[in-house]
Amino acid sequence: MEILFAFVIGTLTASGVYLILRARTFPVVVGLTMLSYAVNLFLFATGRLVTAGQPIIGSAKSYTDPLPQALVLTAIVIGFAMTAFVVVLALRSRADTGDDHVDGQKEAFWPEPGAKPAPEETR
Amino acid sequence: MTLALVVLLPFLGAIVAPLFAQAGRTAIAIASSVPPVIALAALYPLWPAVEAGHVLVQTQSWLPDIGLSLSFRLDGLSLLFALLILIIGLLIILYSRYYLKKHENIGKFYSLLLTFMGSMLGIVMSSNLVLMLVFWELTSLVSFLLISFWNDKQDARRGARMALAVTGGGGLALLAGVLLIGQVVGSYELDDVLAAAQLVKAHALYPVILVLVLLGAFTKSAQFPFHFWLPHAMQAPTPVSAYLHSATMVKAGIFLMARLYPVLAGTPEWFYLVSFTGMVTLLVGAYVALFKHDMKGLLAHSTVSHLGLITLLFGMGTKLAAVAAVFHVINHATFKASLFMATGIIDHETGTRDMRQINGLWKFMPYTATLSMVAAASMAGVPLLNGFLSKEMFFAESLELNLPGLWAYVPPVIATLAGIFAVAYSARFIHDVFFNGKPVDLPIYPPHEPPRYMKIPVEILVFACVMVGMFPAISVGPLLNAASAATLAGDVPDYHLVVIHGFNLPLVMSFIAFFGGLLMYTQRQRFFDFHERFREIDEKAVFEAVVARLSEKARALTSFIENGSLQRYAMLLIVATIVVAIYPMFELGLSIGSMGISPVDAPTVVAGLILITCAVGTAAMHRERLYALILLSVVGLMVALAFARFSAPDLAMTQLSVEVVTIVLLMLALYYLPSWTPVEASRFRRWRDIVIALLAGAGMFLVTLAMLTRPFDSISRYFLENSVSGGGGSNVVNVILVDFRGFDTLGEITVLGIAALGIFAMLRDAKLAAPPTDGQGHPWSTDAHPTMLQQISRPLLPMALMVSVYIFLRGHNLPGGGFIAGLVTSVALIVQYIASGMHWSHRRMPFSLTTPIGLGLLAATVTGMASFAFGFPFLTSTFSHMHWPLVGDFELASAMAFDVGVYLTVVGATLTILASLGRLSMKSNAMPEDS
Repeated sequence: MEILFAFVIGTLTASGVYLILRARTFPVVVGLTMLSYAVNLFLFATGRLVTAGQPIIGSAKSYTDPLPQALVLTAIVIGFAMTAFVVVLALRSRADTGDDHVDGQKEAFWPEPGAKPAPEETR
Repeated sequence: MTLALVVLLPFLGAIVAPLFAQAGRTAIAIASSVPPVIALAALYPLWPAVEAGHVLVQTQSWLPDIGLSLSFRLDGLSLLFALLILIIGLLIILYSRYYLKKHENIGKFYSLLLTFMGSMLGIVMSSNLVLMLVFWELTSLVSFLLISFWNDKQDARRGARMALAVTGGGGLALLAGVLLIGQVVGSYELDDVLAAAQLVKAHALYPVILVLVLLGAFTKSAQFPFHFWLPHAMQAPTPVSAYLHSATMVKAGIFLMARLYPVLAGTPEWFYLVSFTGMVTLLVGAYVALFKHDMKGLLAHSTVSHLGLITLLFGMGTKLAAVAAVFHVINHATFKASLFMATGIIDHETGTRDMRQINGLWKFMPYTATLSMVAAASMAGVPLLNGFLSKEMFFAESLELNLPGLWAYVPPVIATLAGIFAVAYSARFIHDVFFNGKPVDLPIYPPHEPPRYMKIPVEILVFACVMVGMFPAISVGPLLNAASAATLAGDVPDYHLVVIHGFNLPLVMSFIAFFGGLLMYTQRQRFFDFHERFREIDEKAVFEAVVARLSEKARALTSFIENGSLQRYAMLLIVATIVVAIYPMFELGLSIGSMGISPVDAPTVVAGLILITCAVGTAAMHRERLYALILLSVVGLMVALAFARFSAPDLAMTQLSVEVVTIVLLMLALYYLPSWTPVEASRFRRWRDIVIALLAGAGMFLVTLAMLTRPFDSISRYFLENSVSGGGGSNVVNVILVDFRGFDTLGEITVLGIAALGIFAMLRDAKLAAPPTDGQGHPWSTDAHPTMLQQISRPLLPMALMVSVYIFLRGHNLPGGGFIAGLVTSVALIVQYIASGMHWSHRRMPFSLTTPIGLGLLAATVTGMASFAFGFPFLTSTFSHMHWPLVGDFELASAMAFDVGVYLTVVGATLTILASLGRLSMKSNAMPEDS
């Protein structure tokens, strides 16, 4: 079970990191979301993997650690706020510069926002 | 706190004095002299104690954790310097009244002058090395501002920059040196440092400490090879040159050497470093001074030379030499300050300082000429003047150095040679300016004597030169004695302050210097011709070039690292993290721990595989943004299932509802972004990123596995045991959120609210055109709000709201609570927006969407503050202190109110974020809104 769980976290991290290293806003945001899944799961796992030990008094024989859960609960909500903020920043940047690059490059072949992108024609 | 007051007064004056600027130069000069006068009066009663050799230390703890305290001390050395600073400062204040012109910014000038006075007093009276360093840097800064006082002149700005770069750089070295001393001694208090002198000298770090401290001292006191800033600082108004750059600030380095003399001196390293530097500076300064045509240039190089002399005396390491050094500090300050002021008068009256133009001034201003000649004679070391006495002591000490063989001749010869130069440039100062024919093309002609009061400061200083020169034991003896005692840690040698010690070798050296100097001056044309042959190095150009080159390199480095690419930053950050993590990971030996591996069950494996597949798929498919998003949502759902699987029902519910909101959000955003990511990175780049990503993932895998299989200890037992009795709820997670760690939660919902408001503000005036077609070029469907969805969503709303109320109410005892209920409510409302459009939904919304954020934060805060009313700290759960039978637990109500705050904030924030995005489409009007 532990191996599977660790593997999940590793995969999420790897996918998240790969996406964060992309040159456009949207993949970076998706990557951040992915990384926050990984981090949340990791934090949660500091309480170890316990089956049927929900920390609700009187509902189980022994309880899992409730503290990481409380931390992760707020982290999920804050993570959403952060993702939203970054996404809106990306939109605002596109609104002001007409561009969604984050690699310092300028838009080279996007004639106007919303127009059909050049690579589309090759598909 | 008399001592702190003395230091503080000039700073107060610096704030108050500019207020008098409107009232004229006399008013501001009088106002500015109040602080030094009070300070002198405050120091006066302390003199007997200091004379008796007592050290007054007044300490006020400030930041004890870093060893910084506001401790001030007064001993002979600091009193000597404080008197120099205050008395010469007063004279400068008076002098500046006549020196500055009416239209100049006198408020700024006097304010800076007083700031400098306070900072300089701070240096000499600090009893804590760190505190001293603060004042040290302050003097560098004020010096910068004063040199560039006439900041419309390029030379002034450059000179100021050079001075700041050199002295500021030295200050950094000194900081390092002081920190090392603190490390070695374990305290920055001067008393402790002085007591640990042997410890410091024996320490392995002693050479490093010595070099760093000396770097600070040498840069500040313009020692070779850092001396070049001082002549360029002469762009300052002359009172500043007299005060900062001859009498006081440039002596700060000397003071530092005197202050730390017991700690650092007495070793071969000290001897060679300090005396050699001093010797070179002495010679270079004296030699160059002769060839300067600018009067201030001559005086500046002479100052460099005299500072070298004092340094050399300290370097010699004998006790008498240290006494001579302290003595020369006094003498140099008096004659050099008066010479600068006389120069200022001449500049003022003739409009130039060029000695090729200024000649024969004796006829025009005999009184000023007499004063200047006495002071210059003192500078040359003529008997019956104070300069002679200390120079004689210097000659005597140069003979006392026990160097092997022929080396023993070097110091006396160099001392005599420097003496010859000093006499020559002093003779030039006298002869060239006051005699030597008639003035040539003076900008102001004919010159005459300055205003009466402008001469008073010069008179006082020249009078002091004569008094000390003729009656040294009476006039300066006690002060010199006290200062020497403080420098030498109480161990003052036997010395006699008399005018002539009888016919001896030092006197012969003086004679040689005197007549040699006169001879040299009469033959000056030969020397000038000789000197002409060498191309003079323009220090300013060299310095500017070095600075320009440095900043160019810095800019290149910055733009290499900071090239505006998030990709680059993220890559560097992640790679750095991996590199930093590798070593400790091997160190820990990340293997499977003692708890072992628990068995897996088939459904979990399937869910895990789905999650892994979708995560990899998201990365692989990221170019097709919509598909990537769909895969991402599957990942999110699987994460929610993982929470549910491993005993975290609250997390599962939160994750589920957040997932819905996140995906809606990203879909909305995608509407305004390209739906497809083009291939831009090279193949190499992609593989490199894949390697980085795999490394990061592998690292997380190992760390997680190692952690999961090891036992742990948690503070959570407390929460589990006290949840019901102390928090009144059996859902421990919720009790932690709203009760035990309520303050954290309050902070978190505040962040949430701020993020939402930030988004609201960012999008309010954004102009973002929506694409007319979708990614494939198809026009958008005109059936914007499908009837089926509309019809189902509307009856769903009250049911969803009811569910959220239920989840909210049961939250304290069963999975649920404010966060989850808020998210469920948000989802229910957002569905209405999706199904029926912005206009329709907004018309039915009874309040602005940002209102709940404020209300929620208010509710949570007020709940927290309610505990003040019962005399308990913020957010104390009242239940544990008050029992309220029959009605139930009062505490429960308090936590509920807090949870309502959480609920409202979450609803407000989520809806604000999404509606702000949605509202964009109303502006762009690319899509028909209402059905």
